[in-house]
Amino acid sequence: MKSILKTAALAFVLAAGTVALPLTASAQTAKNAVIKQPDPAVIDAYLKSTFGKAPPEWQARIEPDEALKTCNQFRNDVPSAEADKIIQRELAKVVFPADGNLLGDWKEGKKIANNGRGGQFSDDEKTVNGGNCYACHQLELKEVSYGTLGPSLNSYGKDRKFDPAEAKQAYTKIYNSHAVVACSNMPRFGANKFLTEKQIKDLVALLFDPESPVNQ
Amino acid sequence: MRRAAIGSVLTAFVLCTISFHARAQDASEKEIERYRAMISDPMSNPGFLAVDRGEILWSEKRGSKNVALEGCDLGLGAGKLEGAFAKLPRYFKDADKVMDLEQRLLWCMQNIQGLDTKDVIARRFSGPGRASDMEDLVAYIANKSNGMKIDVQLGHPKEMEMAAVGEALFFRRGGVMDFACATCHAEEGKRIRLQGLPDLAKAGKQPQETMGSWPTYRVSQGALRTMQHRLWDCYRQQRWPVPEYASDSLTALTVFLNKQALGGEINVPSIKR
Repeated sequence: MKSILKTAALAFVLAAGTVALPLTASAQTAKNAVIKQPDPAVIDAYLKSTFGKAPPEWQARIEPDEALKTCNQFRNDVPSAEADKIIQRELAKVVFPADGNLLGDWKEGKKIANNGRGGQFSDDEKTVNGGNCYACHQLELKEVSYGTLGPSLNSYGKDRKFDPAEAKQAYTKIYNSHAVVACSNMPRFGANKFLTEKQIKDLVALLFDPESPVNQ
Repeated sequence: MRRAAIGSVLTAFVLCTISFHARAQDASEKEIERYRAMISDPMSNPGFLAVDRGEILWSEKRGSKNVALEGCDLGLGAGKLEGAFAKLPRYFKDADKVMDLEQRLLWCMQNIQGLDTKDVIARRFSGPGRASDMEDLVAYIANKSNGMKIDVQLGHPKEMEMAAVGEALFFRRGGVMDFACATCHAEEGKRIRLQGLPDLAKAGKQPQETMGSWPTYRVSQGALRTMQHRLWDCYRQQRWPVPEYASDSLTALTVFLNKQALGGEINVPSIKR
């Protein structure tokens, strides 16, 4: 009995060792490498201890879907075959406006781009969700408080000659970023039901309306 | 009075920062750094008031056993505080658990003092007119590791498990915005709006500076805040569910971050925006 325990303990130490060792070098992992992860059941137990008392609908939000499972596995650096699968799957989730009109009101889009509210546990149900675009992107030059996690979107429509195909691509990207770039860092605003179709159209207008300050 | 003065100085700084073009960011950063250095001495950093309150709490007799926390072992022996914080989180045999300072203090309150921690946990984060024993105790105890190097313990299998799980959680995406810690903290030189973001994915200077400066006095909140609060606020902004205070995922993240920060010098309480 004792020896069984000892063997089990030794096995655990060894297992822990194999988990811990590759992780020391993981910051410089090779491209497209599957990252060694602790046992999913162990991670789940940790998550349960920390988020297990949250309302069920909140807990469901951190349950990774097919796309995120792959992204987490490769830390977003997915091999092309996996990337193609994600793009196909996510593209199927994009719902385009019934009337085919992708451009809303850029003035509304500007408010949405500046609004960082919504989706936080400190928000109430009345909170209007914002796109918070400026957190990560530069848009109109007049706004100097912009983040740099994403590329600058200044002059976005103008640079693309206001091409409708490009506007459709932008709508797709905002609706579901993974339908364009697998494991993009950008939220899937439409697919995750964070922004409405109208809000997304207003943001497309902010990018593609020739009158929009983004294109001045 | 002093707090208001500091607040208005900082507001002025923030306003200045915003009115600059982003290219002037470096110059602003230097100014903010100079300002931080100016107010980080014990005579003007209000975080040291929390240190003083924590000292009183540490030796106050409480709970059904009417004893002080001085019998609490933070890893280096009962009542030994010098350098204890630098080696946390760590595995504690009596609890058979890896604990950060806050988890350990709660354990000691329950097991050594016989104190019902419900009220202490309700006041885990201070607010106007509501002091936090936890914030004050952490400020006092962490301050006793000043000048020492972050030396988180990774020898026990459970400590290694914590580090591995913490790393997995750091990169795990979720919530309505699909955000992970790594979404904002895995690249150097990035900002949210004008706020610079430390790259915590790469071991070395940036995690060292980050982890070596918590707990901190947050001027914008007028309160001393601990790493528990920092992570709670990160998960809020990540659009994740509210994390349970002093729970294992937060300790796992702290172990991972301290592993990234190994060798970094502790200088707390610091003062931040």
